[in-house]
Amino acid sequence: MTKEFKRPDGRKVDELRPMTAKVGVVPNADGSAMFSFGDTIAIAAVYGPKKMHPQHKQNPEKGTLRCNYNMISFSVNDRIRPGQSRRSMEISEITKWALEPVLMIDNYPNMVVDVHINILQANASTRCAGINAAAIALAHAGISMKNMVSSVSIGKLDKQLVVDVDKKEEDWEEGEGATDIPITMTGDDKITHLQLDGKIVTKQLKEAIELARKSCKEIYEVQKKALKESLSEGEK
Amino acid sequence: MTKDNQRKIVIPGEVIVKGDNYLPGEGTEKKGEEIVSIKYGLSEEQNRLIKVIPLSGVYQPRRGNVVIGKVGNITFNGWVIDISAPESAFLSLMEVPKYVNKDGLDEVMDFGDMVIAKIWSINKRGIDLSIKSRGLGKIDEGIIVKINPNKVPRVIGKEGSMVKLIKDETKCNITIGQNGLIWIRGDKIDDELFAKKAILFVTEKSYISGLTEEVKKWFEKEKK
Repeated sequence: MTKEFKRPDGRKVDELRPMTAKVGVVPNADGSAMFSFGDTIAIAAVYGPKKMHPQHKQNPEKGTLRCNYNMISFSVNDRIRPGQSRRSMEISEITKWALEPVLMIDNYPNMVVDVHINILQANASTRCAGINAAAIALAHAGISMKNMVSSVSIGKLDKQLVVDVDKKEEDWEEGEGATDIPITMTGDDKITHLQLDGKIVTKQLKEAIELARKSCKEIYEVQKKALKESLSEGEK
Repeated sequence: MTKDNQRKIVIPGEVIVKGDNYLPGEGTEKKGEEIVSIKYGLSEEQNRLIKVIPLSGVYQPRRGNVVIGKVGNITFNGWVIDISAPESAFLSLMEVPKYVNKDGLDEVMDFGDMVIAKIWSINKRGIDLSIKSRGLGKIDEGIIVKINPNKVPRVIGKEGSMVKLIKDETKCNITIGQNGLIWIRGDKIDDELFAKKAILFVTEKSYISGLTEEVKKWFEKEKK
């Protein structure tokens, strides 16, 4: 693999866009956070645990996690129709699957935890930014978790693997074109979510997971720093 | 964690201590040799027991907590009390020491009445309250202040030092519910409002260390 591969924005193949994370951005929520990869900004708000309503949906064995992913109409260049779409419903479900393995949801029988993710500005990798924000927000809401989760998208542009895909790379057309692989990992390197639509050889997928492992470490540090600093902020 | 009982901020999944010398307490989990946090908050060590105190999120009821709640519903054998927790609590008719007519539950406590109660048990069916101790029961006068339940320990202070200071300075009677509701009862309305102001000052400055001293200074300034 050649190191001279040129990315449209001049990043190295394993370089993430600059990340920021902030805790407690929604005062009315029980927990909230903002996470951004460059121009992609996601806000997550967590409500609960609270009693599940309607009552017939209550599960006395374990709690329920509900996720809602939404792109705000002005988040992309062409205004999108506000409200649910096939895509947003799918991503909501994916987010739920990515988060559920780390949540100790059995501690909250008959209850529900609501996670609302809003994308303020999109430049690809929105679901990853959403999952990262949601993980911070869930911790902030004081919910029992086995670990944090961090999410990153690995791209295959023609034959080259890159980390944290942006919009220009997502629309890559040379050679084999672009394949996007969003991967979510826990703080101890276990995969909770991996999506792949496109073609990739097994060997390269393994390489992609290795790349994601390294990037998730970096993201984890950003999340950890945000959570730790939000408490000591006032102590200055 | 250092030996001098230092508190530190931990996040879920973070290893607090290693080795068999420690026991996992509330908010922690044992994973092999390590004690791992499952909550976001402050970790603390007491007699080799490690626990994590959450600093954000909704109020989690515990057995023995004194809470202040509002009557939300009346059933044939008791009252449903809203204690601003994930689950509503139940106060049985049996807790009232006098005879109550089955149609007259609202004469003892009506919708919207505030009540101080102790959490007597938490089971799968819900939370049961008791008013059979001193200082518990229906609230008739005074004012209620609502604060963030995570700041309750700061308002109480070490061994009740903060609340004692506020009580002495304002000459008010103060009862703090663990769910973040505080009942203030004084001789004059002005005293009650002064106590409320003091409590809100404490919650605002809750991150300062040596807060009791700070509040003493605040009282001196305010009284001039």
